[in-house]
Amino acid sequence: MTQWKKICTLDEIPRLGARVVARETSPNIALFRTAEDQVFALLDQCPHKQGPLSQGLVTNTHVTCPLHGWKIGLVNGQAQEPDVGCTATIPVHLEDGWISLESGPESH
Amino acid sequence: MTAHPPLNSLQPGPIVERTRPKLVMVGNGMAGVRALEELLKLAPDKYDITVFGSEPHPNYNRILLSPVLAGEMTLKEIILNDVDWYEDHGIKLNTSSRVTRIDRVSRQVFSADGRVEKYDRLLLATGSTPFILPIPGHDLPGVLSYRDIADTDAMIEAASRYHHAVVIGGGLLGLEAANGLRQRGMTVTVVHVMPWLMERQLDRPAAELLKKSLEDRGLQFKLGCETSELIRGEDGRVCALRFKDGTTLATELVVMSVGIRPNTALAESAGLFCHRGIVVNDTLQTFDPRIYAVGECVSHRGIAYGLVAPLFEQAKVVANHLAEYGIARYKGSVTSTKLKVTGIDLFSAGQFMGTDDSEDIVLSDPAAGIYKKLVLEGDQLVGAVLYGDTADSAWYMQLLKDARKVTELRPHLLFGQHHLGDSGHKGETQAASLPDHAEICGCNGVCKGTIVKTIKEKGLFTLEEVRQHTKASSSCGSCTGLVEQLLASTVGGAYQPTEGLRQALCGCTDHTHEEVRKAIREEHLLTIPQVMAFLVWKTPNGCATCRPALNYYLISSWPHEARDDPQSRFINERAHANIQKDGTFSVVPRLWGGLTTPTELRAIANAAEKYAVPTLKITGGQRIDLLGVKKKDLPHMWADLAESGLVSGHAYGKSLRTVKTCVGSEHCRFGTQRSMALGVRLEKMLFGMWSPHKVKLAVSGCPRNCAESGIKDVGIIGVDSGYEIYVAGNGGIKTVVAQFLCKIASDDEVLEVVGAFLQLYREQARYLDRTVHWIERVGLDFVKQQVVEDLEQRRALHERLLFALQNASDPWTEIAANPSHLKEFEVMSF
Repeated sequence: MTQWKKICTLDEIPRLGARVVARETSPNIALFRTAEDQVFALLDQCPHKQGPLSQGLVTNTHVTCPLHGWKIGLVNGQAQEPDVGCTATIPVHLEDGWISLESGPESH
Repeated sequence: MTAHPPLNSLQPGPIVERTRPKLVMVGNGMAGVRALEELLKLAPDKYDITVFGSEPHPNYNRILLSPVLAGEMTLKEIILNDVDWYEDHGIKLNTSSRVTRIDRVSRQVFSADGRVEKYDRLLLATGSTPFILPIPGHDLPGVLSYRDIADTDAMIEAASRYHHAVVIGGGLLGLEAANGLRQRGMTVTVVHVMPWLMERQLDRPAAELLKKSLEDRGLQFKLGCETSELIRGEDGRVCALRFKDGTTLATELVVMSVGIRPNTALAESAGLFCHRGIVVNDTLQTFDPRIYAVGECVSHRGIAYGLVAPLFEQAKVVANHLAEYGIARYKGSVTSTKLKVTGIDLFSAGQFMGTDDSEDIVLSDPAAGIYKKLVLEGDQLVGAVLYGDTADSAWYMQLLKDARKVTELRPHLLFGQHHLGDSGHKGETQAASLPDHAEICGCNGVCKGTIVKTIKEKGLFTLEEVRQHTKASSSCGSCTGLVEQLLASTVGGAYQPTEGLRQALCGCTDHTHEEVRKAIREEHLLTIPQVMAFLVWKTPNGCATCRPALNYYLISSWPHEARDDPQSRFINERAHANIQKDGTFSVVPRLWGGLTTPTELRAIANAAEKYAVPTLKITGGQRIDLLGVKKKDLPHMWADLAESGLVSGHAYGKSLRTVKTCVGSEHCRFGTQRSMALGVRLEKMLFGMWSPHKVKLAVSGCPRNCAESGIKDVGIIGVDSGYEIYVAGNGGIKTVVAQFLCKIASDDEVLEVVGAFLQLYREQARYLDRTVHWIERVGLDFVKQQVVEDLEQRRALHERLLFALQNASDPWTEIAANPSHLKEFEVMSF
């Protein structure tokens, strides 16, 4: 049974923006909100040089890393070709305006 | 569960088969397939596509047949789209299938192997066929043309069995064929009817140099010689040529390369109007509106193009119309030529032979093997021939395409742009002469071998593609010229130089920067969604390239009206600090004119201690950088600094950076003007100014120029009688010395001229242009006219700047005081 942990409400994240969720022992998570109010969560690390994706520019369902411009898909964490790499996605849940992250063991 | 939109396909419903219109393409070559690629980008699901190709191969890079012939590449390496590509895009590919008939009434095509296909839209890309001299013996065994893989294979095979070859035709393709056969060990004679080689691309002096260097490689030439007959040998193969003058030349292989003819037989049999090609209009439509044509088979405004760059431009246009965008027009192309013979550098473009009204600028150094000729008509460059040194070919091509006034460039036009090799290239400007391991892109550590290999393997044609695949030239851009040269020497005529003035803002739109700005001004657009809707953006919310540009164009066009969109700003401008490689930030308080006080220094020291700042550094702009600050600490640090009156230095923005000053006549025994005071006044006037790119100023109190005014966007040098103003200098990637703008007597006037200059830059430069790039395009004369000579215009510009900067507030204080802005800096916990 998946355990969910409430993190914040949707309006805590700007449209086409992101927030950082810090974890105690694991790397940070980046929470993204698209123009259509979809929410995605990725590990806050670009597969290239670990740039903080939360600080990138969000367009449609991609984020552009602020360090060297890699474009990462929010849906699957994949870098856009011709770059090759992948960032872990984190299950996220949006209900009644509340965003929750999976709270299993911090395995990501 | 993720927060993706609910999928409505949970309950299986009936499968609805959508019938899509059918697009049939006849011909499977580079132009046609490029058109399909462009179409798939715009409207991937619009058509059911069927392709007929008479060759047994999928689309390959015909241009690289010469390296294949020369043994430098293999056939496999030149495939551009393998069969999987067609399959992945749902395209039905019929190879070895020649279309023989079009029925325009029932809208069907019929192939020789019995296939019938209906069409809603038909795209003819039938290419061209080599012209065969109608002389006796032209059909003997051992007589080949040079057009496709089969011809190339036949030549390679012949080279392994025979020793002597003759190439008839001293044009581009003939010389490449001759070189290839020579590389494969044959003795080769080139027979050419004209008095010099490549007469359609070269003038005589350049052609002589070319001939000499080909002779050095072992080729032989018979120029001014017309072949009248090919003689049959005892074995039935060709054994010799007979010329008009009766002399003969023995050979075992003849390659005819005397030109190409558009392949119009099919179109003509269908009753489509043809005249030296299938005649099309500017939308690449034939006289039957359902039928389009693209490539070498086409005659557009009376011209049939045989080089691939124009054909790719056509492909873009035809795709635009097939996708029913209906906005693109093909208006013809200026073509350029490059010979793909390894080690020979040759470029020609435009009307290189000159006309009655033209003038030539010529540099000829036969010993060094260098020849350059530029043809000017009035104040424009109309043609160029370069031999031996083609470093500046891309620049000349751009001047030609843009039809730019070159009057003020004229004195040094022949010596090139001098743009290469400023940083990390050891002054190297000739990519061709570099070894494979030479580092081309210093930022990303990419060497020549890698770039060339990637261009070949991935079938790249544009600078943008090379940037994406290799990262070369994608960071600082100083190696762009070298990368362009590598592209040109690898793919020859297929290389498409930068579009110049007609450069789309980014992949999300076909509109140029200028068109976008014009729309914003004329339509009074105030938000990014408004701009995207009005100009029919292709992506839902743009990309990391266009959004920051649009945001800048909006706030600079409509100050105090258009609202700044933080989410369209790069992180540095959103967080008002510079992101560092570990994700921390750096903080640079403004020290006006580089001056500071004990109170400010104490505040900086206290902040550094309080927030455990690991590194403090004096910057090149006479300020202090606190490096390694955590994002969440930023607002608190700013609040602390603000207590001592320190404000943001905008060290992170496309904005006013610094005004560097020397101590000037306030202290210096040589000083002639009070440079510190003027510097502070300028910096106060310009505080809070956003601009297309960063802006740096300097004020020096005397010509010794301790503030380095010569390499700033605006540099001011005090002289006894006033000030000299220099503009468009650059100390960064490319060191460019600033140009003299004017001399001025009073401090007040300096403020007005500088303000007017920067406002003109703000209004007219493209986003991410430094002042130097902008002035390179519009010319210093124009700028002088606007901000020096036209006093009314100067005043108006200055006033617009002052209006835009009215009540400019300090972003640090603003954020620290506004809780709603603070979220950006807060970290949530799990």
